[in-house]
Amino acid sequence: MKGALEKKKIKTIKVNLDKCIGCRACEIACSAFHANPKYSSVNPARSRIRMVIDLLNDEYVPIRAADYTKAECDGRHVYTINEKEYSECSFCGSVCPARDLFKEPDSGLPLKCDMCEDDPPQKEPLCVQVCRVDALTYEEKEEEVEEEVKLGQMEIGLESLVGKYGLQKIVDTVARMSNK
Amino acid sequence: MRYAETGYNLEIDLSRGNIERVETDPRLTELHLGGQGTAAKILWDRVPPEVEPFSPDNLLIFSSALLHATPVPGANRSVVNTINPQTNLYSHSIFGGFFGPELKHAGYDKIIFRGKSPNLVYLWINNDKVELRDASHLQGKGALETAALLQEELKDPKAQVAAIGLAGENRVYMASIEHANSSASRGVGSVMGDKKLKAIVVRGTKDINVARPAELWEICNRQYKEIYDNPYCGDVFLREDDDSWHVNNFAWGNARVRNKNYWTKEVEEQWKEITERVRVRWTACYNCPKDCHQAIAFPGRPKYFQKCYSKLTYAMAAFEGLKFNYDILGVTQEYGLDGFSTPQVLAFAVELYEAGILTDNDLPGFPSDGAGRFFYLVEKIVRREGVGDALANGVYWAARQIGKGAEAFDHNTTKKFEQVPLKLGKVNHPYFIMYATGEKMAITQIEGSYPQTPEPDIEERKRLVEGWVAAPERFKKWFLEWEPRQDPPVEASVNIADWNEIMHYVDDAVGTCAFLSSFRGQFGCRPPYHIYNLPNFISLATGMDLDADGLWEIASRNRNLIRAINIRRGLKRIDEKPPDDHWKIREPEMEQKLLDAYYEFKGWTNDGIPTKDTLDKLGLDYVSEDFVQRGILTGNEGTPSKETSAGKDE
Ligand code: SF4
Ligand code: SF4
Ligand code: SF4
Repeated sequence: MKGALEKKKIKTIKVNLDKCIGCRACEIACSAFHANPKYSSVNPARSRIRMVIDLLNDEYVPIRAADYTKAECDGRHVYTINEKEYSECSFCGSVCPARDLFKEPDSGLPLKCDMCEDDPPQKEPLCVQVCRVDALTYEEKEEEVEEEVKLGQMEIGLESLVGKYGLQKIVDTVARMSNK
Repeated sequence: MRYAETGYNLEIDLSRGNIERVETDPRLTELHLGGQGTAAKILWDRVPPEVEPFSPDNLLIFSSALLHATPVPGANRSVVNTINPQTNLYSHSIFGGFFGPELKHAGYDKIIFRGKSPNLVYLWINNDKVELRDASHLQGKGALETAALLQEELKDPKAQVAAIGLAGENRVYMASIEHANSSASRGVGSVMGDKKLKAIVVRGTKDINVARPAELWEICNRQYKEIYDNPYCGDVFLREDDDSWHVNNFAWGNARVRNKNYWTKEVEEQWKEITERVRVRWTACYNCPKDCHQAIAFPGRPKYFQKCYSKLTYAMAAFEGLKFNYDILGVTQEYGLDGFSTPQVLAFAVELYEAGILTDNDLPGFPSDGAGRFFYLVEKIVRREGVGDALANGVYWAARQIGKGAEAFDHNTTKKFEQVPLKLGKVNHPYFIMYATGEKMAITQIEGSYPQTPEPDIEERKRLVEGWVAAPERFKKWFLEWEPRQDPPVEASVNIADWNEIMHYVDDAVGTCAFLSSFRGQFGCRPPYHIYNLPNFISLATGMDLDADGLWEIASRNRNLIRAINIRRGLKRIDEKPPDDHWKIREPEMEQKLLDAYYEFKGWTNDGIPTKDTLDKLGLDYVSEDFVQRGILTGNEGTPSKETSAGKDE
């Protein structure tokens, strides 16, 4: 899904691991913002940012949910930090079949960071707003990029369902449901 | 729908291995909020005074608090309540970190343990799946080590663990329960060990709903900033390199001597250098922008977390330096020993040895240096080996078990519990009341809203009072009139003690950290949470209709209920006194007058028992009935409390 070149605002969140104090406010704010109705519930398990914490190995890594992938990658690289071995998956944001990270606890549907798109727009993404110690900071840049066809929430969800059950089964189910 | 709370408790019968999920009564939330408030109600209802602390009928209650798992920043204090074997009274213990919120996400407000397991077990709560599992492989393992092993065993690094170490397993009275960067002290570790419960592991992924989402979020989002920017909250002292306040003001050894010349620029430089070398990171508790905990890597020791004034408690008790303190914490944190009471027990033992009461027969091969002695004694105590068996029962009981005049060295306990090592000049009136009458055994859990000392500069005094939104009006007047070296009027002393403790009763029910609230008004008068803004947070989260007076009344109800638990267990006016040696100059007559005034103000009898009127007015009729039945009250005594409230000033 690639398109032509265009000028685009690139929004990024920079992460400074040295500044993180492990408070998990980012998880709380993200889950509150995406609750329905908005802010009606907190549940870090639904957050699109997740703290990977190992207290005793001084590991405090916020990871944001990236794209959904159908297949597991080979993930064979091993990293050693402070004498502890980490697999390549440890700090990966992809939503993949190999693990439960970034999947809705009840439906199993993938979660993706949407930079808190809102109407009217938030001044900063919510996780950045509550990260007072500036482990997370927000940046906007103008850049020339290839136009990307953006998937909406529903499409991402559907894609993952298609990945899991196959297109035909989804079509059949939708047809059956709409006949009810 | 229940807002802010789950509406369910877990009931675990350790003797039978039975587990039940029980719906709670929403009316109890309105009466007691949650946390310690609702736990006290359960202890009153289900643990009659005949029940011994180590009886299977004693309960061990882990409570989340009302605002846990809502967006309210810094609401993360979990509470553990039981009957304390050291005091035979109500045990109040709180800990920070991440436990309570996780428990709520698993679907429970509390875990209530009864009975005793035949073998060492741990409890694994994974949402709806709750099971007791064998913990024999964890026997003798360190508290934080146990947490790491369980996360690995259960393949869930996000699970939150509360565990005891060897001290708890051996029912050492100073045993703590360790969780992440926090510890629960004051007797609860020994009861957990007695119940043969090594650890609780919780993982939860359910929603917690709030009543008025958008409004609540708005004030919470502002509160993150307010807390972060506020220099008067969090662990202000620990974040500074200047430790002179503790070093100069607290007593060294067995709460014996002050050493006002110890602190110099060189010491500060040296200590700073050590701390920066061993500190890996500053860390926070759940949903709080402050960072009051140091992760410490001391060479040759397992990593651990240091918090609060435990940075110096061992060093000062042993007459040693900071490096020794970081070293020994690496040992005691894993054993699960409380960093406040343990050093005092150790210093007490050293004094007994120096006085010839304990000899080389009791302590074979006892080292000659302070550090060596402390390490030696810790090993004896956590294993209850030799004289360590008596010392493991804390200063009060050890003194009586050892005898030979050891009792005279027990000079820093109140109600059989070790107090912070202070040796001060003249009796301080509000502090006299707080030490004497507090149910929580630690002054840090009672003091904190009203400044400890008067402000000499009148302009500064006015400035403090001007922005003092946390204080009911009457306190502003008293503070403005308070000159150095003066005692506040009796009426003020009584009110100060009352306000201070009430704020803790609020925090302990809703879960807000005392460093952001009840403990943090006393320096700088600007706590982020106070009696006037907390009702809004609580109302928006729970849907309850609550104002400052209403909140004060609930806190007062909880305070009286906990008082009642202790009265029923035999607490008497004669027990209500500060440590013998706390103040050099005492005012016996004035002290009794203060006690009279406080009791009267509280609506208690002259023996410190809440009267029928006081109890009934607070909706504690069932307590007054019980008291009359037991002959504790006749039912005809006294008038109800004069206790004022947040808004009303007399
Ligand atoms: S809010 Fe910031 S400091 Fe807190 S856990 Fe997230 S990234 Fe770390
Ligand atoms: S930017 Fe928004 S959606 Fe993305 S992780 Fe942060 S809070 Fe969540
Ligand atoms: S103020 Fe400090 S101790 Fe309190 S919750 Fe925040 S980080 Fe924890």
